[in-house]
Amino acid sequence: MRINCPLCGERDLREFYFKGTKLACPDSEEWGADWDDYLHNRDNPAGVSQELWQHVAGCGVWLIVMRDTVSHVIGRVAVAKDEVRDAG
Amino acid sequence: MVELTANSPLDLWLPISLGHCDISEIIPQGITSISPFKANKNNNYTELNAVLPHKYPNANRATGKDGNRLIWMSHDTAFLIGPAPEKITAKHAAIVDQSDGWVIVRVAGDDSEKVLARLTPIDVRAHHFKRGYTARSMINHLNVSITRVGANAFDLMVMRSFARTLVEDLTEAMKTVAAR
Amino acid sequence: MRVDGYGRIDRGVTVPFSFDGKRYCGHPGDTLASALIANDVKLIGRSFKYHRPRGILTAGSEEPNALVTIGQGGAQTPNMRATMQEIYTGLEARSQNAWPSLDRDLLSVNDLFQRFLSAGFYYKTFMWPRAFWERVYEPIIRRSAGLGALSGVPDLAKYDKAYGHCDVLIIGAGPAGLMAALTAARAGADVILVDENAEMGGRFLFENQVLDGAPAMDWVADVLEELVTMGNVRLMTRTTVTGVYDQGTYGAVERVSGHLDRPDIDAPFETFWRISARHGILAAGAIERPIAFPMNDRPNIMMASAVRSYLHNFGVVAGQRVAVFGNNDDAHRTAQDLVSAGVEVAAMIDSRSDISTDAADYPVYRGAQVIDTNGRKGIEQISVQTQSGVKQINVDCLAMSGGWNPNVHLSCHLGGKPIWNDMLNAFVPDPKNAAGLQVAGAAAGIFGTKGAMKSGIYRAKLVLDALGMKAPSMPLPITGDEALEATPLWEVKAKGRAWVDFANDITTKDIDLAVREGFGSVEHMKRYTTQGMAPDQGKNSNINAMAVLSDAMGQSISATGTTTFRPPFAPVGLSTLGAGGVGQGFAPHRYMTSHDQTVEMAAPMVETGLWHRPLYFPIEGETKWRESCDREVRMVREAVGICDVSSLGKIDIQGKDASQFIDFIYINRMSSLKVGRVRYGLMLREDGFVMDDGTCARLAAQQFLITTTTSAASQVMQHLEFVAQVLKPEWDVHISSVTDHWAQFAVAGPKARDLINQIVNTQINNDKIPFMGCGKIKIGSVEGRVFRISFSGEHAYEIAVPARFGASLFEQLLHHAKPMGGGAYGLEALNVLRIEKGFLTHAEINGRVTADDLGMGKIAKQDIDYIGKNAAMRPGLTRTERMQMVGLKPAGACKMLTGGAHLFEVDDDASRVNDLGHVTSVGFSPTFGTNLAIALLNNGFARIGEQVKMVDHLRKVTTICEVCDPVFYDPEGRRIRG
Repeated sequence: MRINCPLCGERDLREFYFKGTKLACPDSEEWGADWDDYLHNRDNPAGVSQELWQHVAGCGVWLIVMRDTVSHVIGRVAVAKDEVRDAG
Repeated sequence: MVELTANSPLDLWLPISLGHCDISEIIPQGITSISPFKANKNNNYTELNAVLPHKYPNANRATGKDGNRLIWMSHDTAFLIGPAPEKITAKHAAIVDQSDGWVIVRVAGDDSEKVLARLTPIDVRAHHFKRGYTARSMINHLNVSITRVGANAFDLMVMRSFARTLVEDLTEAMKTVAAR
Repeated sequence: MRVDGYGRIDRGVTVPFSFDGKRYCGHPGDTLASALIANDVKLIGRSFKYHRPRGILTAGSEEPNALVTIGQGGAQTPNMRATMQEIYTGLEARSQNAWPSLDRDLLSVNDLFQRFLSAGFYYKTFMWPRAFWERVYEPIIRRSAGLGALSGVPDLAKYDKAYGHCDVLIIGAGPAGLMAALTAARAGADVILVDENAEMGGRFLFENQVLDGAPAMDWVADVLEELVTMGNVRLMTRTTVTGVYDQGTYGAVERVSGHLDRPDIDAPFETFWRISARHGILAAGAIERPIAFPMNDRPNIMMASAVRSYLHNFGVVAGQRVAVFGNNDDAHRTAQDLVSAGVEVAAMIDSRSDISTDAADYPVYRGAQVIDTNGRKGIEQISVQTQSGVKQINVDCLAMSGGWNPNVHLSCHLGGKPIWNDMLNAFVPDPKNAAGLQVAGAAAGIFGTKGAMKSGIYRAKLVLDALGMKAPSMPLPITGDEALEATPLWEVKAKGRAWVDFANDITTKDIDLAVREGFGSVEHMKRYTTQGMAPDQGKNSNINAMAVLSDAMGQSISATGTTTFRPPFAPVGLSTLGAGGVGQGFAPHRYMTSHDQTVEMAAPMVETGLWHRPLYFPIEGETKWRESCDREVRMVREAVGICDVSSLGKIDIQGKDASQFIDFIYINRMSSLKVGRVRYGLMLREDGFVMDDGTCARLAAQQFLITTTTSAASQVMQHLEFVAQVLKPEWDVHISSVTDHWAQFAVAGPKARDLINQIVNTQINNDKIPFMGCGKIKIGSVEGRVFRISFSGEHAYEIAVPARFGASLFEQLLHHAKPMGGGAYGLEALNVLRIEKGFLTHAEINGRVTADDLGMGKIAKQDIDYIGKNAAMRPGLTRTERMQMVGLKPAGACKMLTGGAHLFEVDDDASRVNDLGHVTSVGFSPTFGTNLAIALLNNGFARIGEQVKMVDHLRKVTTICEVCDPVFYDPEGRRIRG
């Protein structure tokens, strides 16, 4: 498997670390259902999944990767810190 | 008064020549890690470039030459390989002395591409990875910075404690390539 | 037997080799199979289950029968295919699965009991008694069934791995592959062309075809010469692509030195390639399929194409009186080529009745089938059901051809199934299946030479289009385009066993039985009979098995479908897959700057994380580790000890938001830390459990240096980058690991400051560097840092210098410590010292403890948010009956404490339901003269002063313990403040 790092280019899987589904961190400081969802509940979709990867053996950047869990097709790959900034 | 002496983990290990490949340690005058703060990044490193010997490098590129080279190291950092820049201050960038944090091993010779092809998953062949190109990747299990510094020469940087593992991995690959 | 005037081997040179201890000779270019045929050796091995005599069936990597063991001892490799193994001087090959000898194999008695050994035999027979499974049945089954054996000694051969990159990977260098390579290469694409044979040319190697009026191999030579000189093409022979993986990643095995008599000592046996290709072209050709007729497994019953291959490539034939049995025109080529070579063709048996036989130079039987064969260790006679009755014909070789199966395997590795083509009577690749992999030539069902070459060009042009490159105009050599006319014939329905899967001894009866017993789905049939599960992975048998199954199920082959194609395409040795992963290559080693001196001092080393760290430093007269450890502990408590702590993670954090960043990652407040001060800190994970602990020093207003434990350093680094990039990207902060830049030494003990003051230029004192202070020091001309922190409970410092001076500083410290009664200490003493003081390691921070559990809840800040704050307040994490960190000391007659032991109420049964916690760390304290332990105990804080029972079920130890505060040593902290 290969992921197209926006900074380094397409690289072999072994350079990447997989964290899991990319979810927005809840704003609330109080514990609630939103925090349960953020930390523990996962949809496990058959299809496109939005995931957090780090190019840990490369440029170190954290990435948001759209990956199809059925076809294994890698879709859009974005730099997480730019993405969050754009959203904000 | 006590005076400390300097040494390198590769003092008794390098240089090594095997087949058409030679590896040797490059001991730079210094290594300075430069991570530009947001203001500098946003104005295209103008202020930073004014105090650097060469332009702050784009991703996957190195600027300058032997003895004074700026190598892109990560999403937010470049290393200046050479004398520490004097005019730079904490208002431009986070500055960290890494002179002893990393070792540089030069891989040179006609078979250097073949040797690296046994260890790194990236394509270092000349038409893909030209002089002045740099990449962060792996050498076997090690995180490494690879920079092409000549037609048949690469500088590999790993964290100092990994130096001997790097040399072991390189030597093994050099043997295999030479034996074919 | 050799045939004069045929073959491409060098007959001027003789190559001696041995098979089963007997010496033979071949020629350079021979495979073991062709050389054995030349020497009239027919019997090569015994079959898997029935131990029937078997010979060579094919001339390629699909060979199911002729598996041999090559070499001896550490150089022994079992299950090598004789058809792929090239001979070299001194090659030693041995047959497998026969005892005492291949000729007189005692277990051939199995064949007499074949009625009982049908599919499912083992499942049904070896059921009772259960106690026999492992002790009786398994050894018997393992001895009787099977393949070659491992030598039992370490593999001496070297293996390596390599990475390849290209625009186009072309798999197979036959007519289609060569044309595709030429097209792509001329357009300037970066090409890798691989072929599993020793030479390129594919089918051209094995036929007497003509291109442009000259032998086809002349054309091949011209093409290869052009490709070699181009510079943008890498040609790889003896290389089998074994798997297709996502995003254009291919696995391939290159046989590097297994064909050489004296390979260089450093030459790998095989190289495992990972090739990343933007596009692939599969031109792997097709495999001829056998016909399931009664007793079709005798030695010298071969594939018709293999008979031709041996004739044209190696100049050998397996018999002098050959019959050919087929259902297609291609089979006739074998008969014709043999006749041309002067070999007698006794019969051409064609199952079709509607063919013309006028021009044949050999007797042809139309609408006929082979219904039985005879011969002990090789075929001697066949029975043919002709249109006018049964006829016996004496032959010494039978060539069979049931048609051709495209090599679709690689096109299905990314999922999906091939499509059944009724015209071709074969499965062909579904273009939907393999993204980025085009299929050309016979692999796509285009069997004619001209068609295959055209398809190679066409597929290459499609790839060039996608690459944005201009395709050159490609003239086609003049050649015939033999369409493959065939009428399906899967199975000859006659009395007797008809083999479908030679490798696993599966007959048509087994498949019928599977259907009768309800295993009629193709995946069930496969698993019930084990058809297709041998080393050839069903390459010879799958389609026939599906046809027989379809017949038994009364459905079409396309309704039956295929099983799943998975990597590897051909067997791959585990040593090859694990190339580079043995010895030093298994994991990297990290060495501290004191490493060489430490080794010289005879300190045993242990790997923690990847770091090599000393356990203890034995001195003369010490024979047990405890003696050294006790001495080192006393040395620190009474004088001064030196310990290299460089492996602890050191992370530099800078930026205008550094201080709020630090507050966000630690539970305690760091923003209030003054420059020149250090604070202990605890980090939580997002789920509220403790991640790591360490210290945080403020070096400047916007610069901090934090330390991590050795084992969690990379995890913490990754976590901090996650926080900075994903959770708080708006903050201006940079994080760099400086672990390797600094060599750092703990100097601990009442004489620590005296020692440091002997080597620094300017003296330090309690005002300059108070407890939890830090600052700069200078040793000669070298600038360093000093931190007044302690992991031992003693007055202690850590001093750091740039790593190039580490070895020198270690030497100086030891030199000056000696007259003071001090010296080096290792991890064992470090551990005892910290247990005496109740300090934490990852034995306690086990991923399930909260700050409260460790008694650290009180340092948490209440007002501002930090990672894990709200998660740590969940009810399950705050209830009082959680396991909490306490100290333990022996309170009864038994004084032993052991790590990992569990805790129970004194009067309770030591069983799981009564479990109250466990011991995390243990050490013998020379300071208190007793064992001490740290433990996690249910509701532990409230139980201090009470007794519990420690039971170690593994080491059979039961000790009554007193629960105490984990800080045994100097609870007021007078010594640490010194």
